[in-house]
Amino acid sequence: MPDENQGPSSNGQIAGPNRVVGQRVHRYGGVDRVTGAQRYLSDITFTDAAHVAFATVPVGCAAIDAIDTSPAVAMPGVIAVVHADDLPQPVARFGISHKDRPVIATKAVNYHGEPVVAVVAETEDEARAAANAVVIHYTELTGVYGLDAALAGDARLVQDPSVRPGDDLNSTNVLEQVEYAWGDADSEGASSHTIIEDTYMFPMVTHFPIEPGGIVAVPTDDGGIEVYSPVQHPYLLQRTIAEVWSIPLSRVRVIAPDPGGGFGGKQTPRYEPLIAFLALKTGRTCRLVLSLEEAFQMMRRSGCRIHARTGFTEAGELTFHEMQVDFVVGAYADVAPRVMTKGSYVGAGPYRIPRVSINARAVLTNTVPSCAFRGFGAPQVGWATESQLDAGARALGLDSLEMRRRNLVQHDEAFIRGDYEARADGRWHESLEKAAELIGWHEPTPSGRGRGISVGIKPGATTGLSQSMVRLLYDGSAMAYAGTSDMGQGARTLWKQILADELGVDLDLITIISGDTNAVPFDLQTSASRSTVFMGNAVLAACEDIRDRVLELYAEATETAQSELSHAPGQLVTPSGAISLVEAAQTALGGLRGEFVGQGTSRLWGTKGHPLGGDASFYEFNATAIEVEVDRVTGEILLTKHVTVGDVGTEINPLQVVSQDEGAAIMGLGHSLMEQMLFDEHGQILNLGAIDYRIPTFNDVALEMQTASVENHDGPGPYGCKGISEGALLCTAGAVGAAVADAIGTPVRDLPITAERVWRTIRDANCDSPD
Amino acid sequence: MTDSPVRPTSEVPVALELNGEHVRATIPAHRTLLDMLRDDLGLCGTKRCCAEGECGACSVLLDGELVNSCLVLGAEADGGALLTIEGVSMDGVTDLQEEFLAAGAVQCGVCIPGQVMAAEQLLQTNPNASRNEIRDAMSGNLCRCASYQRIVEAIQNAAAGRRTDA
Ligand code: FES
Ligand code: FES
Repeated sequence: MPDENQGPSSNGQIAGPNRVVGQRVHRYGGVDRVTGAQRYLSDITFTDAAHVAFATVPVGCAAIDAIDTSPAVAMPGVIAVVHADDLPQPVARFGISHKDRPVIATKAVNYHGEPVVAVVAETEDEARAAANAVVIHYTELTGVYGLDAALAGDARLVQDPSVRPGDDLNSTNVLEQVEYAWGDADSEGASSHTIIEDTYMFPMVTHFPIEPGGIVAVPTDDGGIEVYSPVQHPYLLQRTIAEVWSIPLSRVRVIAPDPGGGFGGKQTPRYEPLIAFLALKTGRTCRLVLSLEEAFQMMRRSGCRIHARTGFTEAGELTFHEMQVDFVVGAYADVAPRVMTKGSYVGAGPYRIPRVSINARAVLTNTVPSCAFRGFGAPQVGWATESQLDAGARALGLDSLEMRRRNLVQHDEAFIRGDYEARADGRWHESLEKAAELIGWHEPTPSGRGRGISVGIKPGATTGLSQSMVRLLYDGSAMAYAGTSDMGQGARTLWKQILADELGVDLDLITIISGDTNAVPFDLQTSASRSTVFMGNAVLAACEDIRDRVLELYAEATETAQSELSHAPGQLVTPSGAISLVEAAQTALGGLRGEFVGQGTSRLWGTKGHPLGGDASFYEFNATAIEVEVDRVTGEILLTKHVTVGDVGTEINPLQVVSQDEGAAIMGLGHSLMEQMLFDEHGQILNLGAIDYRIPTFNDVALEMQTASVENHDGPGPYGCKGISEGALLCTAGAVGAAVADAIGTPVRDLPITAERVWRTIRDANCDSPD
Repeated sequence: MTDSPVRPTSEVPVALELNGEHVRATIPAHRTLLDMLRDDLGLCGTKRCCAEGECGACSVLLDGELVNSCLVLGAEADGGALLTIEGVSMDGVTDLQEEFLAAGAVQCGVCIPGQVMAAEQLLQTNPNASRNEIRDAMSGNLCRCASYQRIVEAIQNAAAGRRTDA
């Protein structure tokens, strides 16, 4: 099996008869999506399925005193009513880094929406009616809902220390903390001309996928289980179910229908172990379809408070940057500790800074457990760092583009120093200059408007394993098996393009199989914009493996020496000239027919001791420039221009790059301008649902919007590509914030920058328009 | 404790013209048009997200009007003419749907049936819509993948194509 490493592909040059890599190929599965034929989880019919509904309590922190299920049990259609006492004891807990999340609330409720009782009934209506009839007797406790409450000396512990055995921090609400530092503190005093110190807030926001999601569990005859869930990591779910219920992996089949939006929110298992238990207990297929409100209570981004102190020379060069970063992670760990570690690792930005000190903490509160969300911690910390640079520029009378020019590292220059330094893997100045050019930075800003430019950076995956299998069939069609979940990024389109070029097969003759652990080889995860690089390399390697096999069998079938043959994308080169790979394959296979099967693996080992577990395989870098018009009377903001430029390596599919970049950029407007989850003093989510929680609509998009790329073919993926799906959201807030500050003369330091906050800022700064 | 707003109640008969065909169903009186389509009639192309009229994923045309089917009772469609995404796509991919694909408007895709319904209605009622009119008319349809720019482009291209054909 070829083991394709992370170096640029040997096929850096695209050769062969097909050249579909680099073209605007339409999305795989697109026709089903525009006609409504695509089956998302809740569209799949299961015969004889029973339905699940949860009962919860309307507070964020409570002791469960007693549960009276009898009114529910007596209701029509009810099959089972289950709570913690009905599960094997002690109730299993699961999680990636911390096994802290119980299968169902056990003795306590730790956030608003945590399921306490699960009802199984014949119909959805009956399940919901019975869930409403369950009586949960509880005592509300003084929950910790904010950072200050959680960090107070006498704060109630969100997690009992017994859940965190052997953890030095288990008598506090700090789940994990890290420190990154380099440079010499003594040297800075003399060199710093200006020092800026401030505190910034980044809101808790929720993913709001248009498909809220759901789970179906089907017990199988051999004592195993099939779990249908629109997850980004089917293999992690398979492992979790196997471990929690002690079932061999071979009897846990995860089927992952395409997620209707993921954005990081559908990575980790939450209710799947519970639904699997219900199916195993009742012997019935159990189906849970989540409401949007339930999705809000299942996934969110960590809120964050950042206190920063930054020094500048008179010329605007950074002298030092200190940060205390506190992520509000919620009741259970999920992947939030990783969000904290990874986001703060690049917290000082892609800059040349002699001294940096970053202390970051993941803080538990009685709120929805936070998880991965596009950008993975980088947007939070970046908001503060970019705002500090702009504050420095204002104080020094420097242009903020010039500020970045002076500090942004050059290609291959270290921006993270110390024991595990990281160097720029791209020519990032090119993206910055292009963004400036596209927004017309050199032209005067129209009056009443403001402009901001900002950069963002995020480490890609630091370890990874993707395996793929490709079959070249006798008739010249082909299939690729790739475990990447296709949640909107269009992964399968790329695999099709790679197969088309590498095997010389027509695009229309390619089928991609994914989303079934019984059929598709292992893939670690669909996250961190890794798939194009990792799975892409695995698919590429599998195609090369096929070409090797075709060559070998062709040599045997035609009695040609292997040494006289070679292959190229889509071709076998014979002594009498190049023939198409398909023709060669048919000749080689002969009358018995059959097929060729190729395998490919892409593996990135970690680095022992590295704070992230290893070097990032690539960095996503983005420069965003924004122009706004602010109504000084109402505080309302009108986006007039929005430009983003990503350092993408190579665009394998320019159409999909634009979709992803625009999508990320507009999503970034959410936390920048309007989105925030609000909690009352009981820990209840106040804006639970689409009426009260607003996300960007058609009308929120800038009047002029443009996304662009820099292509230097310098990435580790196929044809020199890098991952791209998060970049355009990394520094949206920084650019919006700078533009608003430019327009009104004063910065707003708390996101989202709502009209009300702008209005208050203008009023407080006493800078009302004189007329 | 046995009274609850979602407790199954009486059933009502519904007869309507669905995508050009007469259909009949007997549904609980509280059932929404959205759930009737998906659960009783097996047409899952119409999607559910917010279930409270805010996202547009469930958009259908009832008697020529664009409605959020999650806000309409199935019983209210009795005697009406309903067009869903399945009806729009009956003869294959339409010019508008083709433009969605060509513009890169389709990401996860779950909002797309609703977007297509709203866009089709717009093209019928305002074939020369400006970019701002398109944005306004479509603003009831959320797309979390934020394909907004792509969708506007698709609608503009489809409109241009129809003008040329006409
Ligand atoms: S599901 Fe009907 S508007 Fe959202
Ligand atoms: S394409 Fe994903 S929500 Fe619109």
